[in-house]
Amino acid sequence: MNHKRRDMMRITSVLSLAISAGLLKTSAAFAADWNAKAFEAKNMEEVVKALGGSAPTISKDIMITAPDIAENGAVVPVSVSSSVPKTQYMAILVEKNPSALSAGFNIPADSEPSVSTRIKMGSTSKVHALVKADGKWLIATKEIKVTLGGCGG
Amino acid sequence: MGEPMRIRAAVTGDVVEVKVLMRHDMETGLRKDAAGKAIPGHYIQSLVGKCKDKLVLDAQFGPSVSKDPFLSFKFKGGAKGDKVIITWTDNKGDSRTDEGTIV
Repeated sequence: MNHKRRDMMRITSVLSLAISAGLLKTSAAFAADWNAKAFEAKNMEEVVKALGGSAPTISKDIMITAPDIAENGAVVPVSVSSSVPKTQYMAILVEKNPSALSAGFNIPADSEPSVSTRIKMGSTSKVHALVKADGKWLIATKEIKVTLGGCGG
Repeated sequence: MGEPMRIRAAVTGDVVEVKVLMRHDMETGLRKDAAGKAIPGHYIQSLVGKCKDKLVLDAQFGPSVSKDPFLSFKFKGGAKGDKVIITWTDNKGDSRTDEGTIV
């Protein structure tokens, strides 16, 4: 009984510390920035629409670096870089995943439009790199073959 | 609060390349357990990176980013010895902040 009470007090004091340090407040503010509509969209057109863009044009200035064949769909390394001036936003989309949008990056003024990450792919699919530069929407596409899907159990 | 991130930051010329390895399940919410019950989604949604109080990374993840996410990005304006501070927040409101020093 006494132990439980002490634990409770410990939890309460840690929580109040976190609040006073502004930790809890900031996490709530960050979560609000997450564009749920874009991440729930089923295809590329819906994602672009949810991001407030128009139909993208194909660009040769966007590079997707990824394997042609991924043996394990649970971990597919993908790098995207753009040499388009004034790149403001970049996103990685997988056409055949349950939700197309995998990751989105707002590029701050002094950051290079070049990111790498690892994504899950349910099956062989086209992977799009969507870029917003100077108000225009651009896209590049690469097909990645998946031997073993990474979205199932 | 999650497990610590591994952050490596190195400067070449005037560009700093940062590599981050996070520890997170990145559960999609689409999988089912042995009893056929859906496993609720649990994944990182937002990432923010700062160097000398300046925003250098502003990313959003969906559940289709791999488990234990890896991320690398580049920015200008960092020097040897500066700290890069990364914070992630997941869909359950949990968050974690770690820092790395530019070498």
